Amino acid sequence: MSFLSKTRNKFRGITDTNLLTSITIVVFVVMYLCAVIFLGEGFLKAQTFFNMLNANAALIILSCGMSLVMITGGIDISVGGVTALVSMCCAVFLDHHGGNVFGSILIALGIGLAFGLVQGYLVAYLDIQPFIVTLAGMFFARGMTTIVNTNPFNVANEEFVALKDTRIVIPGMGWYNKAGKYVDAYIEIGVIVALIVVAIMFFALKWTKSGRNFYAVGGNQQSALMLGVNVKRTKFVSHVICGLLAGIGGFVYFMHVGSGAASHASGAEMNAIASSIIGGTMLTGGVGNIIGTLFGVMSLALIQNIVSSVGLDEAWWTGITIAAMLCLFLVIQSIVISRKKNQKAEEAMEASAPTATEEKENGDKKSD
Amino acid sequence: MRENAVLEMRNICKSFPGVKALQNVDFTLCEGEVHALMGENGAGKSTLIKVLTGVYTKDSGQVYIKGSDKAVNIKSPQDAQKSGISTVYQEITLCPNLTVAENIYIGREKGMLLNWKKRNAEAEKVLSSLGINVKPTQQLASCSIAVQQMVAIARAVDMECKVLILDEPTSSLDESEVAKLFTLMRQLKARGVGIIFVTHFLDQVYEICDKITVLRDGTLVGEYEISELPRVQLVSKMLGKELDDMSDIKGDSTASIDMESAPVFEGEGLVSDQGIKPFDFHIRKGEVNGFTGLLGSGRSECVRTIFGADRILGGKVKMNGKSVKITKPIDAMKNGIAYLSEDRKRDGIVGDLSVRENIILALQVKKGFFKPFTKAQANKFAEEYIKLLDIKTASANTPIKSLSGGNQQKVLIARWLLTHPEYLILDEPTRGIDVGTKIDIQKLVLKLASEGMSVTFISSETDEMLRTCSRLVVMRDGKVVGELSGEDLTQNKIMSTIAGGEE
Amino acid sequence: MSTKAQKSSALDILKKILSNQIFIPISALLILTIVNLIVDPSFFEISLGYSSDGNPVLSGYLMTIIDYGSELAILAIGMTLVTAASGGQDISVGAAIAIAGSVILRVLCGTETSPETIQAPIIVAFLVSVLVAMAFGAFNGVLVAYFRIQPMVATLILFTAGRSIAAWINNNQLPIVNDETFTYFGGFIPGIPIPTPFFIAIACIIVTALVLKFTNLGLYVQSVGINEQSSRLNGLNPKFIKFITFVILGICVAVAGLIKVSRLSTINYSVIAKDIEMDAILAVALGGNVLSGGKFSITSSILGAYVIQFLTTTLYKFEVQSAALSAYKAIVVIILVVISAPVVREKASAIWKKLVNKKAAAKQAG
Repeated sequence: MSFLSKTRNKFRGITDTNLLTSITIVVFVVMYLCAVIFLGEGFLKAQTFFNMLNANAALIILSCGMSLVMITGGIDISVGGVTALVSMCCAVFLDHHGGNVFGSILIALGIGLAFGLVQGYLVAYLDIQPFIVTLAGMFFARGMTTIVNTNPFNVANEEFVALKDTRIVIPGMGWYNKAGKYVDAYIEIGVIVALIVVAIMFFALKWTKSGRNFYAVGGNQQSALMLGVNVKRTKFVSHVICGLLAGIGGFVYFMHVGSGAASHASGAEMNAIASSIIGGTMLTGGVGNIIGTLFGVMSLALIQNIVSSVGLDEAWWTGITIAAMLCLFLVIQSIVISRKKNQKAEEAMEASAPTATEEKENGDKKSD
Repeated sequence: MRENAVLEMRNICKSFPGVKALQNVDFTLCEGEVHALMGENGAGKSTLIKVLTGVYTKDSGQVYIKGSDKAVNIKSPQDAQKSGISTVYQEITLCPNLTVAENIYIGREKGMLLNWKKRNAEAEKVLSSLGINVKPTQQLASCSIAVQQMVAIARAVDMECKVLILDEPTSSLDESEVAKLFTLMRQLKARGVGIIFVTHFLDQVYEICDKITVLRDGTLVGEYEISELPRVQLVSKMLGKELDDMSDIKGDSTASIDMESAPVFEGEGLVSDQGIKPFDFHIRKGEVNGFTGLLGSGRSECVRTIFGADRILGGKVKMNGKSVKITKPIDAMKNGIAYLSEDRKRDGIVGDLSVRENIILALQVKKGFFKPFTKAQANKFAEEYIKLLDIKTASANTPIKSLSGGNQQKVLIARWLLTHPEYLILDEPTRGIDVGTKIDIQKLVLKLASEGMSVTFISSETDEMLRTCSRLVVMRDGKVVGELSGEDLTQNKIMSTIAGGEE
Repeated sequence: MSTKAQKSSALDILKKILSNQIFIPISALLILTIVNLIVDPSFFEISLGYSSDGNPVLSGYLMTIIDYGSELAILAIGMTLVTAASGGQDISVGAAIAIAGSVILRVLCGTETSPETIQAPIIVAFLVSVLVAMAFGAFNGVLVAYFRIQPMVATLILFTAGRSIAAWINNNQLPIVNDETFTYFGGFIPGIPIPTPFFIAIACIIVTALVLKFTNLGLYVQSVGINEQSSRLNGLNPKFIKFITFVILGICVAVAGLIKVSRLSTINYSVIAKDIEMDAILAVALGGNVLSGGKFSITSSILGAYVIQFLTTTLYKFEVQSAALSAYKAIVVIILVVISAPVVREKASAIWKKLVNKKAAAKQAG
């Protein structure tokens, strides 16, 4: 009995955020190990890992914004649309209007910020459901993308292409190809941006006072208000930051693909939500961690990699496996919530009936 | 402002759709004083406090706080905190997902960055100085309710406040915790903090308070020195009646009890997942009984168990001598039990639906999914009960949420009467409604019993129960600790049984 | 004096009309009609022509609306119930239609890609697809009702996986049905010049009306949507009721799926019923239903569905590209939600009161 209650106490001490994040990291590591063992050494190559980062840098940034909004208790499904709009606008600006890269970055930030401000205002100050507001935002962004330019095209602007092709070589991580030639391992600029965003967001959410307000609002809006947190402003800011990150993510995406198209980043919002959930962000708000989100994105990327290296039809199977994983994590979350509830009932029982504990312990064992 | 007053509220008015919650209420709090704010449920205490803490905005009136000559305008809880008002609410207003330390400090710190180590150390200091045994790094949700309440108090105390509001903070605390809180209050008082104390427990009022302000039906009754207001008078001021007035509805409720046949309801070893101990209970035809005990003693949980409202963990039930199984509300309803829940807003009314739909709901559910009432039938039922219970509503089509509290309660009673129950459970039917309706309801209970219905009546106001019930089950800490009837049904006897003292 | 009384009663009636839910879709319909009348009245022309087989066929923009609006109307029925009971929306209906359609094709074609004759009666194929769609509805329902996951996110799972599952059912082939009767459901029945989907929608509406009349579905769903706790204490089983609304939506999905695949006689997994979930939700919102659950009006939603198709068709006529449509719809959504937001309403009524008071004061002074 003492052992059982001890472990339970240990379990109790951990916060929901840490618990869910650890689950995610463990799942990722186990999956990676399985991939290495069953699918061969391809997964041991550093570049495999870096390619996952290169391809998903934009998604990491989008997911950071998504996690922030979800921690605050909302949701933002416009991020994919904003990404497409940003890449189209930047492409048109660079190729049709002879713009420069700096200007296109400003455009990206501007679009993201505009979406964030409007959506934030509607959600926070007019108290409209975030789902419906950002759904409209997504509609609008997608539609606008087509209106700006119908046909997809590759950007030829030299300055931009140079930036796009910049590769940052990671020394010592390269490998020898079949011809026996040494190939350097590299990452793209977008990855650096993404990692900086992750670092800043992680720091801000953990070590700044306003960062903790997001958690408070997500945990219990009414209580947060009573505790003196400016709830409306916090919600507003969460959407503004998410919008801004969608703008940045949009540009990173643009740098990766180097083209504008209305179909870009389709389903990115769903991937971002899935990453956040898999990364341990609770839908009900108040629980989540940016590091977890990073691992959430990487888990998705890993699944895609595994699916394609097994030789399955990529698009279909990725959908199904991601959905299965999402389902699994949602159920885990649901269990975590009920775990807390049971604990309270237990405590009440223990407090009122110390003699009954022995009996209950046995019952617990059975149910376990 | 009065001399050494820290807080003055003048002519405060606040109304909600259909209700005047506060009318020209004045309130003054002096330095170093513990001031009780008394009144029945629905008297306007909570509203006054929420106006003061910026949760509600007042319709008119002024609030003055020591240190500024002009009236302050408190529009949000942040404003209240900045003005030096800190509050502990009855329901816990902390964030369950944050740690204990964070809950103590969030929303009231300056600066950008956060030093977890320093903050946890400070929190540790505050907590240990109050004798609260909890780790600052623990997530709040994993603490017991009492600890959470103490954390809320720690937060309020740690703020350098001029005014501390304690809104029924003691309902979830045990005796030693209450004692700790009182020591703390005395320390703060010595520092010159003004404390507003709201509680249901008269003992606590007389133990710690200096002054009492009484509210009734949203208006100010008066402000009194504690020494000048004996308990009996306080109660009569709160109720707005002299004690003699209230004896007029005392009926002889024992007459109608049918002692011959098997009890209408007989439960053995009933227990739910809400932390009550297994209990036995029976009620006979035509009997009115009650559950009494302090808030949180488990009286609501008991009747919820009878009705199957919570998860039932065990127990045997017989109705009229026959064994039946009750695990969910519909089972109870099919067996002729009706339950009017304690929290009218949360568990009772279906706000957007009309009065008619609210009245027929339970009977409709009992009748079955494929047998809806015609509109004419439904209207007939609604009109009948609107008349019978004198429900004041524009029409049967009006959404129930636009009715006043008392009339909402009557609609809910109508809902259950319409199912023609053998056994009716009323959990706090008189809470938060006007005095007239309260008396109506008590009379109704006695009438129903005389017609052969069995009724369980629960009320926080013991005298209401003394007037209506012929037998009282007394609860303490989730346990049945006694049963009183006949001669034993006196205020004193109840108190001593609740307290668990000697005879 | 008497004129004043009349005025106030007229005001009351006006207020009643304004507060009625159906006022929103009707006024939207009126605005669209007027715009079309002004810009180009030929929008409303209907002409009788003959199809290639010599059958009479009505054509014109209005016919397009009642034709293509029908799937949406059928979905709106189920979506309204889900919204009312669970306070959230099902975003997987598009993917679920793909699954239902895929099942129909699988049963009709067996394992061949383009069999000469169908392998099973259409009714059997349809019933199988109904069962499958109900099962997927039940999956969503279980997540929402029993695991308490927000509807929108719970259905995200099927939204992500649905089209993959649809492709998997037919081994990623695109079977073609060579059967004339099968095309009737999404086209015309010989001799009847009105598109069949409209009749199917009418049939669904009649069934729904009968169900609402002869059962307590409406009352139960509304009670659960407004106050789950109270409903439980009144003997209802809120979880089951939420669950059942998702299953009902499953049936609607199967019907819509039948129409969709019948139109093409085949399927395109990634394109079929794309974005229809957004239109269905929009129909519910346009019908004046509160998206956070509670009271609902199915009539309003159905009307809302046709109004949306009206808007889509109008935009097409103005030569808006199909991909750009969403931008315009988004603006409609935002206007709608802003107008119906309680905060905005409160502010508006406060301003209105002030104006009225000022007028009254001015009158008195005068």
